[in-house]
Amino acid sequence: MPPSEPDDDARQVMSADKAAVSRALNLVEDRRAESHARVADLLAVLKDSPKAAGGHRVGLTGPPGVGKSTLTSALARSLRQRGRTVGVVAVDPSSIRSGGSLLGDRARMSFDPTDKGLFVRSLATAGEVGGLAYAANSSVRVLAAAYDTVVVETTGVGQSEIDIVHVADTVVLVIQPGSGDVLQFLKAGIMEIPDILVVNKADHDELARRAVADLRGALRTAHAAGADRDRDSDWETPIVATSATKGTGIDELIDALDAHRGHLETTLQTRRRQGEVQWTLDLFSRKHGEHGVSTLGGLATLKARTEQELDGGETPLSLCERLSREYVAALGQTT
Amino acid sequence: MAQDGKRERDRPWIMRTYSGHSTAAASNELYRTNLAKGQTGLSVAFDLPTQTGYDADDPLARGEVGKVGVPISHLGDMRDLFDGIPLDQMNTSMTINATAVWLLSLYIAAAEDQGVDPHVLRGTTQNDIIKEYLSRGTHIFPPAASMRLTTDLITYTVDEVPKWNPINICSYHLQEAGATPTQELAYALVTAIGVLDAVKATGRIPESEFGKVVGRISFFVNAGIRFVEELCKMRAFVELWDRVTQERYGVTDPKQRRFRYGVQVNSLGLTEQQPENNVIRIVLEMLAVTLSKDARARAIQLPAWNEALGLPRPWDQQWSLRAQQILAYESDLLEYADLFKGSEVVEARTQELVDSAWEEVQEVLKRGGAVEAVESGYIKQKLVESNATRLRSIESGEQTVVGVNKYVEGAPSPLIENLDEAILTVDPEVDANKRAELARWKMERDNGAVEEALAELRRVAESDGNMMPASIAAAHAGVTTGEWANLLRQVWGEYRAPTGVAGATVKSSPTGAAAQTVERLRNRLHDLEARMGRRPKLLVGKPGLDGHSNGAEQIAIKARDVGFDVVYEGIRVSPEQIVASALEEGVHLIGLSILSGSHLALVPEVVERLADAGLGDVPVVAGGIIPEADAERLRAEGIAAVYTPKDFELDHIMSDLIDLVDRENAAE
Repeated sequence: MPPSEPDDDARQVMSADKAAVSRALNLVEDRRAESHARVADLLAVLKDSPKAAGGHRVGLTGPPGVGKSTLTSALARSLRQRGRTVGVVAVDPSSIRSGGSLLGDRARMSFDPTDKGLFVRSLATAGEVGGLAYAANSSVRVLAAAYDTVVVETTGVGQSEIDIVHVADTVVLVIQPGSGDVLQFLKAGIMEIPDILVVNKADHDELARRAVADLRGALRTAHAAGADRDRDSDWETPIVATSATKGTGIDELIDALDAHRGHLETTLQTRRRQGEVQWTLDLFSRKHGEHGVSTLGGLATLKARTEQELDGGETPLSLCERLSREYVAALGQTT
Repeated sequence: MAQDGKRERDRPWIMRTYSGHSTAAASNELYRTNLAKGQTGLSVAFDLPTQTGYDADDPLARGEVGKVGVPISHLGDMRDLFDGIPLDQMNTSMTINATAVWLLSLYIAAAEDQGVDPHVLRGTTQNDIIKEYLSRGTHIFPPAASMRLTTDLITYTVDEVPKWNPINICSYHLQEAGATPTQELAYALVTAIGVLDAVKATGRIPESEFGKVVGRISFFVNAGIRFVEELCKMRAFVELWDRVTQERYGVTDPKQRRFRYGVQVNSLGLTEQQPENNVIRIVLEMLAVTLSKDARARAIQLPAWNEALGLPRPWDQQWSLRAQQILAYESDLLEYADLFKGSEVVEARTQELVDSAWEEVQEVLKRGGAVEAVESGYIKQKLVESNATRLRSIESGEQTVVGVNKYVEGAPSPLIENLDEAILTVDPEVDANKRAELARWKMERDNGAVEEALAELRRVAESDGNMMPASIAAAHAGVTTGEWANLLRQVWGEYRAPTGVAGATVKSSPTGAAAQTVERLRNRLHDLEARMGRRPKLLVGKPGLDGHSNGAEQIAIKARDVGFDVVYEGIRVSPEQIVASALEEGVHLIGLSILSGSHLALVPEVVERLADAGLGDVPVVAGGIIPEADAERLRAEGIAAVYTPKDFELDHIMSDLIDLVDRENAAE
């Protein structure tokens, strides 16, 4: 079968045709050099879809075992009940030894298989440092063109939480009562302050109350330490207690998500633009390292240039391709 | 002791055969025949819909009705099952867990219909939900709701059905799931502790009566082929249980501290190759649980020699019963006191097991106990890892299995000359007949009374009252198994247990032939990935109600270890869900695992739905207890490969899977 035109594919993706969405996701995962141009074309078209502009990209992260999959499942179900369509990207780590992975998130989710308004894709990190897979960023963009809300779920605290900021409009950090590490990270300013904090497994009232109080304290300390210096100061991070297994607190979580999305209305474009700039720089530096960055004039220069090019209508993937070619050409001149 | 040749004999254990299939009437006939052959108790096998709370007319029951046991939907079925068998004289063991409260209610109602007072009923409900989450997979509700049903049954029977064993804590299925003897001991004990703590927390049992509850707890244990170690394991159980009941629960009466257990010897180690050898395995395993007088089983059921081939026939089960009878009645075993008391070897090994198990018990308690260690996936992951280690040592030849990885050449067995007739096949009409019967039942009963009974069930379920009385009333009113369970699903929700595979790591030597094979497979996959642009992605699916997930788990882990991206969704996934997942996940290959015998209904359904979804070119392989004739049919319907228990070399399977993806990729 000859590959169909990107426009056709894109149109089908925008109409949330599951087979087309799946094909598009396969394409953005494709690492072969000959596929890069097609991926860049597709994403460029999808970028201007009505869903993508109006939708909400939610990043859900937290340490292993806090019940993120179950929470995602409960969140998706409630969003569907409110008539919104949902796309999910669930990211799991790959084995360092074999490169293979066990993608187990679906096992904790229960969904109606006939529901056309819900799409779940599992993705392996493919050995990358940091929580987000190579393709996750692009996958979120594909799903955002098809569904009202896109949830990207990743495991880890620290690096992946930083990664997720680049792709999500709203970052949700999920913890469970008694997880001390997160508190320490927040207090020490190692971790950026998320837009929403969720205390999951809040089945026991007393424990949950204490956890919420502890988090409030940690947030105050973190504010004082200046961990939120890069974020807008008008938003006060809400803390939501949920029990994904009992289904409590999910409505409050959706309200908090909507509130944050509303809060972003004027700044959303800037935030997404910052994310794209960062993604472009990440892609380039992962490929070519410090030497690549310094060859093209250093980080500040490269960042300014990226901002300018993206403003001029360039997309992260194709810009990265172009920067790569420049770098390779520069290498040729120096040797 | 009397003169030589006239020693007094101990009373033998209760002899049972785990059985039931097709219909209540057919199973009743089987029970009567078995009793006539000298069986001294009954062991009821329920079909999967009954175990997981569905009626035959539920879409999820498709292909499963009457397969691995008898379908019991309502009081009429229970009456038919024991027609002509006086329940006041019977000792009935029921392998029932998530729906134990309901099946016991039907049993009590059937007894009342026979004019029997429930106070004289003797038998056992398995009622151990923890091991369902870990191994057997017939759970329905979340742990808290399940534990509540468990304790409802226990606290009800202690006075109302006082001779009943309300719970059989199962170490059996832990071993099936891969547990080492230490793990088997430890996880069974933490389960018992979890249950007893929960009973205590209900506040329904006065402190002074608690010993009575402890005294009713019994265990259901496995015995594997390393029978000396197994013998020591049983002695360790006795010692550890004595310690737990005394130290944790302060039980002073030694009779209430006795470790009472029944056994089904190991089915997992039975081989498809040279299946006649299984008879010897079964007998050796039986010795482990009978030789020690001080740690002897109270009830034994033996599997049949041909279980790895399919469902055993009455003759196959009879052969196993005869083995028990010969040991109990012909041999002199029951004439002697304990044979091993004072044996340094046995006592030393027993002590080692006691110590290592106690350490693991403390570890689980430290993690919050059995329920918490189930929810966090801790125990499941341990079991998955042990099982992977076991399978790898068989694959590498480190552990000998005669006829499988050693001494494989031999004369053909006359027992399986006609393979298709060497197993029992269930009449395919059973399904439709049961649906028709169910419709009649629902029409003829008093539906007003049913509505009332269901309303009362809901009221109790939403309160913290005991579910037993309302369930017995519902049984009399004609409520069905599906109605009972669906109502509770609405109130309590359903639960998907951790699969334990994601974090499982398997220790393996980085050098040697096995490591080289894995390295070769990884390189091939890597090369394939480079050509395809995307890492090959495998969906492992378990359609149907069967919860035996060992095979699926081990394939999933092995596939990850050779470099596949593996999507595993856990047990009880409908064909519709499998196809939806395949579509959304963009997989290159699908593996289906089915052990309940419903493969002929479920596998083709997946294939059809794949074609409808435009995924007709995604290759599908199937694994399970699949007789060769069925395998041929499946291959004819487009299944790329069929694997059975004899395919123990996972590396070969992996190599096949890589070939399949490669071929499909080249064809595109």
